[in-house]
Amino acid sequence: MSAVPMPSSPQPAAPPDGLRGLVSDWSSDRQAFHVPWGKAMMWIFLLSDTFIFGSFLTGYMTVRASTTVDWPNVSQVFSLHVGATEVPLLLIAIMTFVLITSSGTMAMAVNCAYRRDRVNAAALMIVTAGFGEMFVCMQAFEWTKLILEGVRPWENPFGAAQFGSSFFMITGFHGLHVTGGVILLIIVSIRLLRGDYERTGNYAIVEIVGLYWHFVDLVWVFIFAFFYLW
Amino acid sequence: MSTGTTGQQHPIGLYLKIWALLFVLSTLSYLVDYFHFQGLMRWSLIIVFMLLKAGLIVAIFMHMAWERLSLIYAILVPPLCLLVLVGLMWAEADHTFLTRLLFFR
Repeated sequence: MSAVPMPSSPQPAAPPDGLRGLVSDWSSDRQAFHVPWGKAMMWIFLLSDTFIFGSFLTGYMTVRASTTVDWPNVSQVFSLHVGATEVPLLLIAIMTFVLITSSGTMAMAVNCAYRRDRVNAAALMIVTAGFGEMFVCMQAFEWTKLILEGVRPWENPFGAAQFGSSFFMITGFHGLHVTGGVILLIIVSIRLLRGDYERTGNYAIVEIVGLYWHFVDLVWVFIFAFFYLW
Repeated sequence: MSTGTTGQQHPIGLYLKIWALLFVLSTLSYLVDYFHFQGLMRWSLIIVFMLLKAGLIVAIFMHMAWERLSLIYAILVPPLCLLVLVGLMWAEADHTFLTRLLFFR
């Protein structure tokens, strides 16, 4: 054994930024993403979900562009009567505002969680879940209305038959995501209130749930634009 | 352990501003339908408002603006493949439409 004392390894320098940082991060031995692993995994899951909804919307584009029958007038199909006047897309607009509001409360919940204000974080998450549930209820109302008017995945009284299949598949999958998000929000807020994360002081879980919730809002932005407005 | 594992911490005022901005943009895109814009004007307005809203949500609410490039590129570049799919399916849909006009009318 040599008696030469080994020099203590120097402290690792902060990783560089910009393009140089991109190269050094991706070529690093042990960790490419300098975020908690749960957050990296959530991002990768959301990436795969992007492909699911992207494929749905592309499929919708394909059937809509290839049908020789006129597409239904979406603005009229989703209009609501307020008194005597018919307001186009009213319910869809309200649903959009509800979802954006829930995204705002979620962002504030993340902020509270990182300040270790777990009561307010949990309260804001419950409010977010409430708005999410409101969205799902309005969607159920919309489905009921359309089903009663005779819209089916294979036919509808307004125009091209593909309208029904696209509508039920795209909004159905989105509603499923919202429902899953509501359940996730409630579970995590209960664990917050119980103080499960107090021991480690690691509140990244709130940001991770938040990522999922904002993604659901993000998908709705695209559905609103391409399905309801186009 | 590594740097950058601390959580994203930004003032609540920023979130409120973005929230208000998203409300305004949603109202604007709703008004596109309400005032019956048609044709190229309608499509470009819809796309512009959609991309602005999506950008704000991803950049601010999902904190992408403050993440490192390695994560940003890993998440935001692969969805561009979808544009290839859209291009292919657009050509396919066009072809189907023309054959349907030839044989089913």
